[in-house]
Amino acid sequence: MEYKPIRKVVSGNYAAAYAAKHARVQVVAAYPITPQTSIIEKIAEFIANGEADIQYVPVESEHSAMAACIGASAAGARAFTATSAQGLALMHEMLHWASGARLPVVMVDVNRAMAPPWSVWDDQTDSLAQRDTGWLQFYAENNQEVYDGVLMAFKVAETVNVPAMVIESAFILSHTYDVVEMIPQELVDEFLPPREPLYDLANFEKPFSVGALGTPADYYEFRYKLAKAHEEAKKVIKEVGKEFGERFGRDYSQMIETYRTDDADFVFMGMGSLMGTVKQAVDVLREEGYKVGAAKVRWFRPFPKEELYELAKNVDGIAVLDRNFSFGQEGILFNEAKGALYNTGAKPLMKNYIVGLGGRDFTVNDVRKIAENMKAIIEKGELDVEVDWYHLKR
Amino acid sequence: MNTLFGERKEGATKIVLTKVDEYPEAPISLGTTLSNFTGDWRTFIPIVDESKCVKCYICWKFCPEPAIYIKEDGYVAVDYDYCKGCGICANECPTKAITMEKEEK
Repeated sequence: MEYKPIRKVVSGNYAAAYAAKHARVQVVAAYPITPQTSIIEKIAEFIANGEADIQYVPVESEHSAMAACIGASAAGARAFTATSAQGLALMHEMLHWASGARLPVVMVDVNRAMAPPWSVWDDQTDSLAQRDTGWLQFYAENNQEVYDGVLMAFKVAETVNVPAMVIESAFILSHTYDVVEMIPQELVDEFLPPREPLYDLANFEKPFSVGALGTPADYYEFRYKLAKAHEEAKKVIKEVGKEFGERFGRDYSQMIETYRTDDADFVFMGMGSLMGTVKQAVDVLREEGYKVGAAKVRWFRPFPKEELYELAKNVDGIAVLDRNFSFGQEGILFNEAKGALYNTGAKPLMKNYIVGLGGRDFTVNDVRKIAENMKAIIEKGELDVEVDWYHLKR
Repeated sequence: MNTLFGERKEGATKIVLTKVDEYPEAPISLGTTLSNFTGDWRTFIPIVDESKCVKCYICWKFCPEPAIYIKEDGYVAVDYDYCKGCGICANECPTKAITMEKEEK
């Protein structure tokens, strides 16, 4: 069948709901939280209209939502849910159960700032606080990447048996409408065949139990296996991303998407929707004579160390834009990127700009100001400050 | 296999994994308790004195595992592959036929 995309104008949340439907998810656990609510509402609508055959499990909290997904996934089903901020934090304990038991649940997290002060706007601290739960993390730049990301996340997750989070920005993507090219169901089915579970609780020929005790004699080996699965995921992500490109024209083989970096003196690095602004700014800055590029980290877990090194060895500086903060240290992506390069030969000047927390606007003009600052730093050869709270009212 | 009578469960063999590659991908139990002996954390071990046993089977009823079985001759015995050494049997025994002793390993 020839690929002819179906173009729909949808919000980021609807893009996620359509992707879940096209992935033929079998179980959806639903607990509403702003700004995620319209994802599960749309899925409920699909079911009500008879468009999708999904077991819809309304639960009483996010903790139970993830528990329901874990149970469904252990029984061999393709399970999906969505959450945001405080809801994701409430799930934290269960996230470990999913990854530890090697269950490929896929969840959309709509990035939202953590309270207090109460906020419903965009900020990556919620998802990055789940960094060490063993989940894969894909950050979407736009609604199209939300849709594509969910489909790829299922394929990657089910290949390596590790759960995956697809992350989109609150309101900037979740409630903003854009054209999304959707894939006809038959072609999604070819790309994403039914799940073949590693172990299947519904198999009565070979009974086993999950969640059993691991004494000090055995626990360690299971952690190593999960660590190896993340290493394996790097390979699988690139293959799946390449296959996606060959089938549907959008290539995701790079874990760090580079934009005009070939001859760049310095690059802006970041994740999620703010990188759309950065790419636009790069075009503007190039016309103004700045030799700059953008590096969008698509997959934060597993962390694309090797690709970062390839990028870093050819530039003089990296401005790391963090829409998040690890208190007592620095921006989380900055911290990871700097750490990843420590034992390599690549030592570009790296500066951390904390931007857009709690939904603060981040514009092309902001990128220009950062470019001016980066240029001055590189010419001088030393940093002014390492961590710059860029928007602070001084 | 008989839970009331008989020496022990059939086919019980302990699985010991010595290399990481032998482990399953996910932390699932390897089969059932037939291969997964649950009695190796014990510090104290129950010893049955048949001369004092009156075959009341209170120990058999109270054992939470259950690791106590009734032999063909009517006396009780402990399956040490599954006994965790909790001491409930010794505590409940009306004739003090069961004593808990420190296990030598």
